[in-house]
Amino acid sequence: MAEPSVLTRHIESYVDTTRSLNEQAASLDSIISLVKNGLVTIEKLVREMDMYLTTTDHVIRARGILLLAELLTNLSLKPLDNVTIHSLIDFFADRLVDWRTLRGALVGCLALLRRKSDAGMVPATDAKAVALSYVKNLQVQSLGQHDRKLCFELLECLLVTYPNEVASLLCFELLECLLVTYPNEVASLLCFELLECLLVTYPNEVASLGEDIIYSVCESVDGEKDPHCLMLVFHIIPALVGLFPNPSGSLASFPRDLFEVLGCYFPIHFTHHKVEDVDVKRDDLSRALMIAFSSTPLLEPFVIPLLLEKLSSSLSSAKIDSLKYLSYCSIKYGADRMARHAGILWSSIKNAISTSLKEPTESFYSESIDGLGFQENEVVSEALVLLETVVMQNNNLLLSMIVDDEDISTVFNTMTSYGRYKDIPLQGKQRLHVVGRILYITTKTSIASCNRVLETFFRPLVDILQLSIRSSSRDWFLNFGALYLCMELLAACRDLVIYSRELASNSIPAHETFCCILQSFCVSLIDALCSILETTANEGADDVDIYLRVRSLQILATFPEDLLAISDNVFKNILTTLMSIIFKDFNQKFLWKLALKALVHIGSFVSRYESEKAQSYNSIVVEKMVSWVSVDNCTLPFPLKLEAVSEIGASGRNHMLNIVQGLEGAIFSYVSDFYVHGNVSSAEVAIQLLQFYSEKVIPWIHETEGLEEILLRFATNIWDHVESWISCNVEVQEKGLLDAIMMAMKLTVGSCSEEIQYIILQKAYTVLSSNTSLLLKKSSLTSIPVQLEESQLIQHVDNISHRDELVLSLFASVIIAVRPRTEIPNMKEILYLFLTTLLRGHVPSAQALGSMINKFDTKAKSTEISRESTLEDAMDIIFKTKSWFFRDNEVLQRNGNGMGLKDLCLGLMNNIQLQVHAIVGLAWIGKGLLLRGHEKVKDVIMTLLECLMPDSSTRAAKLKQDSFENILEQDFHPSVRRSAADAFHILMSDSGVCLNKIFHAIIRPLYKQHLFSVVMPLLQSLLKNFDPSFSRSMLYRASVHIIADAPLIVVVSEAKKLISLLLEGLSILSEDILDKDQLYSLLLVLSAILTDKKGEEAVIENAHSVINCLIGLIAYPHMMLVRETTIQCLVAMSKLPHTRIYPMRTKVLQAMSKALDDPKRAVRQEAVRCQQAWSVLWGVNCMSIDYRRAFIFTRMIELPAEYTRFISCL
Amino acid sequence: MTLGLINANPVVHAKKERVARTEDPHGDDAVDPLEIYDILFEFFLSVLSEESITVDDKLGRILITFTPTIQHCSMATVIGLCLRVKLKHCFPPHYKVDIKVSPGSHANEESVNKQLNDKERVAAALENPNLRQLVDECLYSSEL
Repeated sequence: MAEPSVLTRHIESYVDTTRSLNEQAASLDSIISLVKNGLVTIEKLVREMDMYLTTTDHVIRARGILLLAELLTNLSLKPLDNVTIHSLIDFFADRLVDWRTLRGALVGCLALLRRKSDAGMVPATDAKAVALSYVKNLQVQSLGQHDRKLCFELLECLLVTYPNEVASLLCFELLECLLVTYPNEVASLLCFELLECLLVTYPNEVASLGEDIIYSVCESVDGEKDPHCLMLVFHIIPALVGLFPNPSGSLASFPRDLFEVLGCYFPIHFTHHKVEDVDVKRDDLSRALMIAFSSTPLLEPFVIPLLLEKLSSSLSSAKIDSLKYLSYCSIKYGADRMARHAGILWSSIKNAISTSLKEPTESFYSESIDGLGFQENEVVSEALVLLETVVMQNNNLLLSMIVDDEDISTVFNTMTSYGRYKDIPLQGKQRLHVVGRILYITTKTSIASCNRVLETFFRPLVDILQLSIRSSSRDWFLNFGALYLCMELLAACRDLVIYSRELASNSIPAHETFCCILQSFCVSLIDALCSILETTANEGADDVDIYLRVRSLQILATFPEDLLAISDNVFKNILTTLMSIIFKDFNQKFLWKLALKALVHIGSFVSRYESEKAQSYNSIVVEKMVSWVSVDNCTLPFPLKLEAVSEIGASGRNHMLNIVQGLEGAIFSYVSDFYVHGNVSSAEVAIQLLQFYSEKVIPWIHETEGLEEILLRFATNIWDHVESWISCNVEVQEKGLLDAIMMAMKLTVGSCSEEIQYIILQKAYTVLSSNTSLLLKKSSLTSIPVQLEESQLIQHVDNISHRDELVLSLFASVIIAVRPRTEIPNMKEILYLFLTTLLRGHVPSAQALGSMINKFDTKAKSTEISRESTLEDAMDIIFKTKSWFFRDNEVLQRNGNGMGLKDLCLGLMNNIQLQVHAIVGLAWIGKGLLLRGHEKVKDVIMTLLECLMPDSSTRAAKLKQDSFENILEQDFHPSVRRSAADAFHILMSDSGVCLNKIFHAIIRPLYKQHLFSVVMPLLQSLLKNFDPSFSRSMLYRASVHIIADAPLIVVVSEAKKLISLLLEGLSILSEDILDKDQLYSLLLVLSAILTDKKGEEAVIENAHSVINCLIGLIAYPHMMLVRETTIQCLVAMSKLPHTRIYPMRTKVLQAMSKALDDPKRAVRQEAVRCQQAWSVLWGVNCMSIDYRRAFIFTRMIELPAEYTRFISCL
Repeated sequence: MTLGLINANPVVHAKKERVARTEDPHGDDAVDPLEIYDILFEFFLSVLSEESITVDDKLGRILITFTPTIQHCSMATVIGLCLRVKLKHCFPPHYKVDIKVSPGSHANEESVNKQLNDKERVAAALENPNLRQLVDECLYSSEL
């Protein structure tokens, strides 16, 4: 047991108000540790403190009670027995009466009430006693802020932990609290939260409180402005209303009060935005208020007039809200109540739509705009939603209003006076648009309204149209307004029909009134439209006129057949008309696009719904288009043809299948024409067709299931044709065509499954083996290490014949695109083949080799004999196979060892061309290894680096036991070193032609980071340690490739080390025009570093050299983007600390004055920005005053000029 | 002394709908009135229009005719000065810039024109710290 005196001393030190806060806290801690360690029990402590808890000295008593309370707060986990808890809570509840010691009592109550059941909780009866004492004794409003907060916390704690006992007791207390708290206080938020919780969880208890609770809630809400609280209020009100479901019950006397509370918040509008309010959005609040408004129909007499009144507000958000609320409340209040407001609602809607329309934009385009090209804002769309709601609700009432509406009938009456779109005045257009939209929405709502609207309005329209048709028998002319309204009605009917079909519950019978009306007149309208469209292109009609005519035709053609029977001939007429526009009027872009779009719509419609029309469509549209592609005899430009074909193909699976077939035929006939007859113009067409096939058709087939057969057919077809292509020895070379065929082949193979790829592979292999001499005899392949008997004339490394190249390239394409699991037949032979051809400079072979290496299954099972070799075997073949070299049948090697790929790279053969080919090949193989994360890639990198090093030839010579005499002490030839440097670009960059995701490469994540982190240190140390006399530009070049292609985040984090290297690289790359793309990507890296926080530090240190380098690039002549980005970088530099960059300022400004004269506008604009950024920083006043000017200035003041007047004003 | 508002009820002008320039990736972009208007319009919307700017890119001459909002606008010279300074920053020094008020739009048309196109006076005006500050504020306040 501790010395009592120690305990007493601590207690005294805490109670003594003269002690410092630290001392008090220390003594509290000591007491806590005493109790925690069991040295003092609570009981003993209370006895010890007896005097302090009961003394008449208010200060000491307050401190004493607070001590006990704080102690309990800190001991919340110490288990206490029930008796102790009971006596303690009894004590604290009792002390709530004593306002002088209130703080301690509150803290104590809270500490005890918050205890968890495992450490002993306050029993429910005691909690209720606390609540009672609280209600009886506490006058929250008179307390200080901290105490008030404690009170609310206590309330919360009670309500959360003991809701059953205290719910009804505390409800009013809460409401009272709300009356005394101030807006925006945390406390009032808490109260509302609790109130909501009570209402939701204990509705019965609260409901039993009756009218009083409604009254109190209303009172407590009054004037609340805090958005968080309001959010709760808007939730509380519907919950409260829900408690009294009987409309004639206790709620009946309160709607006015409720409305007074709520109504003042509409429309929700934040007057000032504070940061902390961001989490409550205006829209959320507005939505909550809307639900509160609609919570009871009793509010209708108050709410609806308010909303209608706010419709005329100048605040557009208020208008939108009003319309939204009206739609929502209409549904909630019910048809009967809303019928009273129907008249005023109708006129308000009409008004809202017509006043909110904006002028039509100049660039009218049908994509986004309905009707007459008026921009519809949110007000209009909400008004239309409301219209739909109210028409649905009170169908007859609203319909008769619309039918009898004077504004609408005026529009009908004045329609005949204007024939064309451009004749109608703006106001007239606007009215027409409004009527069109209203009729569309109304018609669409239900069958009944559709019948009614068509009965009333269609006949007059037909009259106007037929009248104008008849008036000029030759020259067709359709009244614009009438046609427009007709189209809106037709569109509405069609949408209604299609919508109710989708519902499937109520299909519309064909004898409905509106169907009969449409039927009686559609044929003549179609005729009129077709014949007017034939002349549209020549008459120079307005865009809107054109749009209307094409769209009307499209709607008529896409009407469900059972409701509007259009004979096959009429349908064909429509298609022919549109097709003739596509064929002839391609100069009228807008008309052409619209016609194509209409055809696409019709196409997708017929392929979905009808079969008979589908045939007509197929023969008139699809087949014709296909014939256009395959026979080049029409004036329609080729790109437009392809566009039309692709759009039409997208309209239905069958259409696409037809088109694909036609396209394939066309491709083969054009390619054959080139290879067989040497027709160069055919090659151009073929390239376009192949590109189209690759870009549009293959992805489509890939996405559509079950069409792999087509891909197989296409690939086999190519291989079938190849034999005929190479049999005619046309020696015209067309690189573009070969590339296009290869890409098509790759994509085709890449989109197939393993089985089909295997079939294609076999086919390809057969063609390859029977048509070229490239493949080596099986007998010449012996076990590893093998001596590759190869007769190859080194002087003509590029001497693969064109026929061989075609076959080989296509074969390589197949290999590049196959999936990893696809079995490759005759693996060894193929490896040897590619190895041989890559040394002859055939890059696709190298890529194929890289792909093979990349996709090799590492876990090739030993049982699987069909897999000829494992990855290791393949690597052995590639790296250990020795080549023999002959010249005029004479062996060139002196010793009999032959050379491997690596030796060739290192120039042991002393043939530059061969060495370059070997390096390129090694790079692609290395890329395959790198992507899959294979160890061997390190060897490849080391070989490449070796090529870059100085004196590499000498070392290469030393490697050989017997060196050639003619090798001097020298570096490799520049072109060799350059290709070794560029090999790093191959390794790092994403290739579009092979080893990517589309062609199923195995790609390890973060491989670029990996290479970066392995190679960069090597390169940096090489750069640092080398003899300065040695030209290091190729080392820089290699580094630059790695930096430019590495992920930015890695480069930026290493910025400090890289920046000087990067600058050096920029100046090296700027020397050769061929490097412009690489230069640009490197510049982008620099700009990324400049804009990054970390990178900035690195730049600050090297500010001068960075700026100097950038200034050098400002005049870069070959690429505008480089100049633009350079100047942007300089702008970014101007943000650096002034002390670092100030000395460079003049230089930059001088450079900018030159850049201001750049031939490109974008550069000039950047230069202006840059100039400003650099000159404004230190004030523009950089001119020095000389005396002569000062003299003039003084003279000028004497002049009666505006200057002087102005200066005197200052 | 403070400067009172000369134009107490300014008309707020909307930005005119722009005619899209066709981008040509290959050829050079000659300086055209639109480009100058682009540079100037954010400051001098009401006094300028695209039609009031003429450019001869070959000779390197720019002529700007602006219309002060009020006949006796004492700001006319300051506006002209601002235009000149702004253009000086945006075009290489070999461009010759002429700035004029449009005929009949200002009471002291001739003297304003004279001041605005006299090199020495412009230089001198810009060396007056107060005037300089005003011009800078006018030009850069909206940018910084």
